[in-house]
Amino acid sequence: MHASPPDQATAATPSTLQGRGFYRRLVIRRQLTLAALTLALCLSLCIDLALGPARFGLGEVITALLDPASASQQVRVILWDIRMPVALMALVVGASLSVAGAQMQTILSNPLASPFTLGISAGASFGAALALAFGVAIVPAAIEYVIPINAFVMAMLTAFAIHALSLKRGVTIETIVLLGIAMVFIFNSLMALIQFFASQQAVAAVVFWTMGSLTKATWPKVAIAAGILAVVLPLLARHGWALTAMRLGDAKAESLGVKPRALRLEVLVLVSLLAAIAVAFVGTIGFIGLVGPHIARLLMGEDQRFFLPGAALCGALILSVGSVLSKIILPGTIIPIGIITSLVGIPFFLFLVLNHKKSAW
Amino acid sequence: MVTLTLDRLTAHYGRHQILSEITTPPLEGGRVVALLGPNAAGKSTLFRRILGLIGGGGSVRIDGATRERPLAYMPQDTGANAVLSVYESVLLARMQGRGLKVQSEDLAEVDRALRELGISELGERDIGDLSGGQRQLVGAAQALVQDPEILLLDEPTSALDLHRQIQLLSILRRLARERHMLVLAALHDLGQALRFTDEAIMLENGRLIACGPTGEVVTPELLRQVYRVESRIEACSRGEPQLIVEAAT
Repeated sequence: MHASPPDQATAATPSTLQGRGFYRRLVIRRQLTLAALTLALCLSLCIDLALGPARFGLGEVITALLDPASASQQVRVILWDIRMPVALMALVVGASLSVAGAQMQTILSNPLASPFTLGISAGASFGAALALAFGVAIVPAAIEYVIPINAFVMAMLTAFAIHALSLKRGVTIETIVLLGIAMVFIFNSLMALIQFFASQQAVAAVVFWTMGSLTKATWPKVAIAAGILAVVLPLLARHGWALTAMRLGDAKAESLGVKPRALRLEVLVLVSLLAAIAVAFVGTIGFIGLVGPHIARLLMGEDQRFFLPGAALCGALILSVGSVLSKIILPGTIIPIGIITSLVGIPFFLFLVLNHKKSAW
Repeated sequence: MVTLTLDRLTAHYGRHQILSEITTPPLEGGRVVALLGPNAAGKSTLFRRILGLIGGGGSVRIDGATRERPLAYMPQDTGANAVLSVYESVLLARMQGRGLKVQSEDLAEVDRALRELGISELGERDIGDLSGGQRQLVGAAQALVQDPEILLLDEPTSALDLHRQIQLLSILRRLARERHMLVLAALHDLGQALRFTDEAIMLENGRLIACGPTGEVVTPELLRQVYRVESRIEACSRGEPQLIVEAAT
């Protein structure tokens, strides 16, 4: 005897209303979370602008931003010419590194994947160190930008080396991650070699660069980094459903019509570009690309329509708050941002992961 | 009515030939076809070859399809730990190849797929928290939600309890009839194949051994040859054929 099939009614039943209602509530909750993150980001930006050797009130900053003509020239110069590029760079670099980490984790199915762990940041540091220690310009052009250009070229070369090796037959996702870790060790050894042969002054410069600092930001650099982010984000967003499907595994994604290998390569190129630009302009900030996506995942889940903007906002917010903290921890001194993000962010990250009921990965 | 015809289909992994010259008559919509064969017979490879996920010789012909993507495929379950609810995971299967905006009809299809399989109550659960059997039903929902004309299922009942096995096979047979959909399912339970499927394809070492009405494919002679078991088929009190496996040879 055949088992009775379940209810075959085609009209909406309480359970289907519950399903659809659940989904709509989920979407609204995520939209509100995105809005709250955006609000927090605006607040953090204003505080970041208000802090410095000359302190302003929040109201003063907001007025000067909304109506620059009403502010004194001194305030305008400090806010718009000195602090704004640094504060905006924090947002753009934070978003770029976090998005890069989020998509590396997605396509490689590895919670530890980030620009830092795949060797892209280490490659950039090596490029910068070549310029700082020996004045080597990998591309003999725009000598005033030799450090970021060297860093960018080495970061992209690292990414392409990983891509080229990953195209070899039989290379798995795990192999790509191991290749990245091998890159980190190779570049760390080369960095040690540079520091061994370099002058004491050059070693100090290399060490400072590798700490990561937003103070190198200028308007042209902000424009370039923001421009790249503005181009890459929509290119990633159009693969939203496919990228979400990648988290179900290659076999499932393939069954849904996704081409995992081609998508993985395209996304790796795009996020390498994001990471390379960010590291080239502000130095090594390793923590954002790892933790930004994890916080976004806890808040948003992994539907890329929310996870992608969520990762960008979380990364931007973390670095912006880091920028604020770097100014207030030791008054009169701006501590390199990479140190702040690691010191403050990692305990926060551990707290989130250990106290969350659901598995974060 | 949609039909699927395989014509001298071959597939290779490197130099190793997995499928050799698989040819079937047109398999028609509205019917459930069992894909049978022991482990490593080439069943999963045949699915992947039909979908074009691996290359090879011969041709796959689909006639009478009205949709742009007539095929949906449920691979064997490999588990997933993504932070997604069941509802979202079924929705994303529906949305592949579509725009980012979710329409009401898409939600209606998700609701329908979950309801058809009797798993509406799982909608809010995280996919990482499901049992193997529940994941398998969600996998079936992900395939059904694409509203396919040809549904390929790779061992859809392997992790299900007996009740769910019977329920799923009954549902698939009913949907095949109602939607004029061709269901091609790899099955290991030959008794269930006899009871729930109209036709069967039997593979051994990548070769087609038999193709036809299930009662003509699942025979003691072929089971001895392909599965190396002694068996007999007897009619039960209701006149339905029952497979009785007596011993492994």
